[in-house]
Amino acid sequence: MLDKTIAAVVISAIAFVTVYLLTPILIKTLEKRKLVVKDYNRVGGAVVPRPGGPSILAGIMASEIVLYALYSSAAILAIIITTFLAFLVGLADDRKVLGGWFKPLALAGSAIPIILLGIYAPGVYESHLAFPLFGHVRIPELYIALIIFMIPITGNTINSIDVLNGVASGFMTIASFALTISLFIVHNYDIAIASLPLGFVSLAFYKYHKFPSRIFPGDSGALTLGAMYGAIAIVGHVEIIAAVALLPAVINSFLFLSSVKRIIEHRQLKSNPVEHTEDSKLKATTHKDAPVTLVRLIVANRPMTEKEVGFTIFKLALFSAALAIITAFMMDVHI
Amino acid sequence: MKAPIYVYISIMWIMIIAGGGLLFTIIAPLRIHGFGGYDEILDSAVKAGIAILLVILWVFIVSKIKNWIFHKQIQN
Repeated sequence: MLDKTIAAVVISAIAFVTVYLLTPILIKTLEKRKLVVKDYNRVGGAVVPRPGGPSILAGIMASEIVLYALYSSAAILAIIITTFLAFLVGLADDRKVLGGWFKPLALAGSAIPIILLGIYAPGVYESHLAFPLFGHVRIPELYIALIIFMIPITGNTINSIDVLNGVASGFMTIASFALTISLFIVHNYDIAIASLPLGFVSLAFYKYHKFPSRIFPGDSGALTLGAMYGAIAIVGHVEIIAAVALLPAVINSFLFLSSVKRIIEHRQLKSNPVEHTEDSKLKATTHKDAPVTLVRLIVANRPMTEKEVGFTIFKLALFSAALAIITAFMMDVHI
Repeated sequence: MKAPIYVYISIMWIMIIAGGGLLFTIIAPLRIHGFGGYDEILDSAVKAGIAILLVILWVFIVSKIKNWIFHKQIQN
């Protein structure tokens, strides 16, 4: 147990320090290459370097490769490969604007290594879903479909909440630590340790991403975080708990999809869900064709600053994190 | 406009647990026999079909609850 504790501390430190030290260098490099985008919510419309995905990936890879070298687990290899492939999908979208369907399909492809590793190393994933209070349901064929759907869903869900300064990284910090605690509660210690870098990478990146942002994660950053979260949920057999921790972001995607009724990119929208007041606060739009989003609902009653909206989303994330941890405790209870 | 979001998150959480219970109650005891070598394939196909139908029903209910809770904001 002591060697696992040491491994957990070491990989957490590697993940945090890598992102903490690399991100300022990445910011300077992106600025030099003029890889910057306008921050539309900022007074004066400042430009912010993007994407921060490379430093996020570096933190994840450095820590997970060390963990793989220590334990040679196929589950850790599945997390590494899927996360890396999702990063490439995001990077492609950062470099060139791709169609709305490209990301879900390419991310579905990123999930294939989990299935293939599961064939050669049984135990990478279980062909059943574990439900709180009731137990397991074995669904071998359907579970493969679930793996293929899970990575695009978690990837795009995190990407869709990356709308304000610091929200994606802050939200991911809360959700991933809730997932780690839940994995410990359900006694899946190996994957709990493997999930630690996700929380520490998100936390280190939040330092530069929080309001006022010095860097944006871009699609490469958001999809990397989301896909790793999905991969951990699958190999850790905590799919339901993972979905509960992600509920505010899931609701955001659900509201968006049910109002626009098709898969499109935010940049393809004719009107934005929020507008700016004269004092640069965010207020809900009155446009009939604008999509309904979580931010639009939050500012429905009164205009709020970007920072206030961000903290409101974090409070919702903490609430969902608490529900996820309660769900983890309920896994051992059967009625 | 924050309380309704917390209410909706709580309802979705309860719906996830209840949905899991329904899936467990219907699918777990289901066994198909009498088709020889096709038993396992048919068993999986029927279970998959029921699960997909339940998920569609779940999304439909969650969507109706969403419209009911956020009715005012969505109308505006």
